[in-house]
Amino acid sequence: MTFDYAPAPESRASVEIASDYGLFIDGEFSPSASGSSFVTVNPATEESLSSVAEAGSADVDRAVAAARRAYDAVWGPMPGRERAKYLFRIARIIQERSRELAVLESLDNGKPIKESRDVDLPLVAAHFFYHAGWADKLEHAGYGPAPQPLGVAAQVIPWNFPLLMLAWKVAPALACGNTVVVKPAETTPLTALAFADICRQADLPPGVVNILTGAGETGRLLVEHPDVNKVAFTGSTEVGRSIMRTLAGTDKRLTLELGGKAANIVFDDAPIDEAIEGIVNGIFFNQGHVCCAGSRLLVQESVAEDVLERLKARLSTLRLGDPLDKNTDIGAINSAEQLARIDELAKSGQGEGAERWSAPCEIPERGWWFPPTVFTGVTQAHRIAREEIFGPVLSVLTFRTPDEAVQKANNTPYGLSAGIWTEKGSRILWMAQQLRAGVVWANTFNRFDPTSPFGGYKESGFGREGGLHGLGAYLKTEAAR
Amino acid sequence: MTHDRIGVRKTHKLFIGGAFPRSESGRTYEVATATGDFWSNASKASRKDARNAVIAARTGFGKWSAATAYNRGQVLYRIAEVMEDRRAQFIDEVMAGEGVDEAAARQQVDAAIDRWVWYAGWTDKIAQALGTANPVAGPYFNFSIPEPSGVVACVAPQASSLLGLVSVIAPVIASGNSVVAMASTERPIPAITLAEVMATSDVPAGVVNLLTGDPAEILPWLASHADVNAVDLTGVTDRDLAISAEREAAGTIKRVLRPAPEADWNADPGMDRLRTFVEIKTVWHPMGL
Amino acid sequence: MTRDQTPSNAVELGAFLAGLPGVDEVGARGRAAALGTRSIKNDAKAWALDTAIGMVDLTTLEGMDTPGKVRAMCAKALRPDPTDPTTPSVAAVCVYGDLVDVARGAVGDAIHVAAVATAFPSGRASRQVKLMDTREAVAAGADEIDMVIDRGAFLAGDTWRVFEEIVAIKEACGSAHLKVILETGELRTLDNVRRASWLAMLAGADFIKTSTGKVTPAATPPVTLVMLEAVRDFERVTGRRIGVKAAGGIRTAKEAISYLVLVKETVGDAWLTPDLFRFGASTLLNDLLLQRQRMATGHYSGPDYVTID
Repeated sequence: MTFDYAPAPESRASVEIASDYGLFIDGEFSPSASGSSFVTVNPATEESLSSVAEAGSADVDRAVAAARRAYDAVWGPMPGRERAKYLFRIARIIQERSRELAVLESLDNGKPIKESRDVDLPLVAAHFFYHAGWADKLEHAGYGPAPQPLGVAAQVIPWNFPLLMLAWKVAPALACGNTVVVKPAETTPLTALAFADICRQADLPPGVVNILTGAGETGRLLVEHPDVNKVAFTGSTEVGRSIMRTLAGTDKRLTLELGGKAANIVFDDAPIDEAIEGIVNGIFFNQGHVCCAGSRLLVQESVAEDVLERLKARLSTLRLGDPLDKNTDIGAINSAEQLARIDELAKSGQGEGAERWSAPCEIPERGWWFPPTVFTGVTQAHRIAREEIFGPVLSVLTFRTPDEAVQKANNTPYGLSAGIWTEKGSRILWMAQQLRAGVVWANTFNRFDPTSPFGGYKESGFGREGGLHGLGAYLKTEAAR
Repeated sequence: MTHDRIGVRKTHKLFIGGAFPRSESGRTYEVATATGDFWSNASKASRKDARNAVIAARTGFGKWSAATAYNRGQVLYRIAEVMEDRRAQFIDEVMAGEGVDEAAARQQVDAAIDRWVWYAGWTDKIAQALGTANPVAGPYFNFSIPEPSGVVACVAPQASSLLGLVSVIAPVIASGNSVVAMASTERPIPAITLAEVMATSDVPAGVVNLLTGDPAEILPWLASHADVNAVDLTGVTDRDLAISAEREAAGTIKRVLRPAPEADWNADPGMDRLRTFVEIKTVWHPMGL
Repeated sequence: MTRDQTPSNAVELGAFLAGLPGVDEVGARGRAAALGTRSIKNDAKAWALDTAIGMVDLTTLEGMDTPGKVRAMCAKALRPDPTDPTTPSVAAVCVYGDLVDVARGAVGDAIHVAAVATAFPSGRASRQVKLMDTREAVAAGADEIDMVIDRGAFLAGDTWRVFEEIVAIKEACGSAHLKVILETGELRTLDNVRRASWLAMLAGADFIKTSTGKVTPAATPPVTLVMLEAVRDFERVTGRRIGVKAAGGIRTAKEAISYLVLVKETVGDAWLTPDLFRFGASTLLNDLLLQRQRMATGHYSGPDYVTID
């Protein structure tokens, strides 16, 4: 007999999913004005999880009005030290309910429970803790002696880290004294709706947090609403562009966290085993549904063969399957639409002559899946080296010298993140300086922390989330005052 | 009978890549003094001049952004020194162009020179003021530093022809960006004199590029240019033009500083402009044995 | 030299070891910790418990060891759980050299007898003494020798001295299997662990072993991970499979199972055999037995239901 891990499913018992959900406006759930709704499904099984209200124009009006009232009457005037205590409460409740939220996230998103449990949820709580502490210390943040909130923030959340991206947006906004209207992604609304319940448990004043479920149209109505002061969007560069166009000529403040095509650069003197882990974590973490994923492996030509051999051996140990199984490394692709896009780009890679290798793993019959895949023989001219795939697909390119690595790494309209693997300290610092990317991981990859600013250069967006810099996105700066 | 000496007039040209070309289009437009008298024919920059300026700015960016902050401070201070030499000329030009009296013009020029001194002192402090060490919850050394955004296209203020221009250019280049600036359309002469200062102040070629002409003609090309990283619309007075420029800028997700009502350029500039044209880069590295 | 060749002098060996890739400690710890979250249930757990029991080198290495103590331990090694004859025997007993004859007498040929040798645990004795130590243990019936390397020489940079000593001890072992104890707690860095692992394998070790158990920290998952990576890479270039023994500090079944996960996912299932992976332990065995009883009976067991020897 061999050591085959038996199924180790996390219990669903901690999670109660209602058969339908309304919109969370002014502290209460209510149906959408039009009565229209949509279904959210488990991408691993295609089973329907719940029916969720779809917010329309009247609902957006109502939510923004509620947020405005709460801003004017309660949250804006409230001393920072009191706001802080609400945020601390929320952080604690998230910790208390973290297993439930992790299971819910994995059910709705398809990500492995070990990631929702060990990465997403601890970071969600940490973001609220970190920002809670800022609420009464903003005058020390370097934004002037008495920085003021902006007002009502419209926040559009992506589906890849549903609750974590909500935390990245809601925590700083509330800490700085803004009220929010949040639009979770169409395919992953459930943890945002659970967050509404957390706001209830925390006794957060009505209207401070409003949650509008819906699709792209709801998001559009929200960011276009005239009484919104601030728009924060995380998602595709294409949608980011259109939001930016929409907001032209208004005085709405905008931050965008968009796509990426990060280079993960491996030198011949890299700490090789950790580099392999870094490559794997860089692109196969969260099924590659990560804007900062290390989707382009740039490996020094002299060690390329060795690195690829090790990488393929390592990928063969990845376990794809039930997201709720505690031993699953690769979960489900979030939607059929996303799977189709990954498929299309992978086919283009083959069509353009790159060599495709996929890890040998059994694909479940139901649900949406894509095996960890590596393309070799990729050049800068291939679509799979230029376009964001947002899936578990790695493109491998080679370089000869450090300056060539920098040129290839920077040769993209994106600039979100980059990785460097070498044991030579001076080279790390030189590379880190040369790379045009907002986050540079040296001898590590895909690390996140609430104290650490995150955001892009170039078409990966502007503004930062997290850290002292992230506060700037939710405060009136000197000139705007 | 004695003859008045006939003055030698200067041809006012563009400043691109450290050189003073005429507009490739061969066009000029008439610049008048504040009292309406003919002053000069200024070059009317074209789309292709703007394109050339962006190419020059990209080249200049490489060198300038790689220079040490200390060195950039020295160069900015040098600009102040050379401006001081030409103080009288600037005062005359501001008086002529803006129609203010000598005292007011002197005040403007002095403030413009002092602004360079102020930003010269900023270059090696921006990283300290905007950088952070981030106490992440793990064995990682983590820091964030500001870096220049790249090539910045500016429309300089229309009224304040010198102080306003300096106030928008200086913070852009202080942090290591290069700039393509459109001077005040009707009051472009001090900008061209400033270009001559740049040319003799150790500013590397291409770091500052100055165009004269009509923003309505040039701005759309700059705002849509894929090799421009940011646009500063401060001096755009036509609201529709500003909106369309911002829309164009969205094409490549440029950083945009929206137009503002003509500011009091004598006020403390603060850090907002510096902050607008930098990117924050965060670097992680493990700490282990 | 390349990785599949034996070094012929100090310069070659030094250059080879210095040329090994570095280990990023944070990354290695992270990888080991991630594998530590694997959840092993039901059949897989039952298999893992029995496999782990069969990999134990049941050990007593105390100044107060007596023939009586060793005989009692040997009895337990042969029949770990007297209430359940389906329980496998452990892989070996591990004792000081002077008690090898007692141990061999007690276990016969049923399991291996390992002796610690070469001035265990410090390794501070002359080459002659170490060789004599080894030969006597083999002569007394030990078929496995657990030697310690000269950490002083290693840390002083005299890796050739360490290499030659292992070669000499290996020769003195004759047919006995040689386990080379790196004492990773004294080497401190994972770079040193990787270098010492390669040094020992090149010198002829059959097993590389983490620790004496007399130094803290002893075996840890990151150290074991780096050693497993070394044996994996050594096999890639030489075709030879070297064993790994994690010794000291492993006390619970849960930890032992997570070591098996580390083995499986680093070198593969082929190493999940007592021929290629061992635990050096004393108290671990009882926790494995308690867990085994728990699985067999469906309820939690207690310390009075396993024997204390």
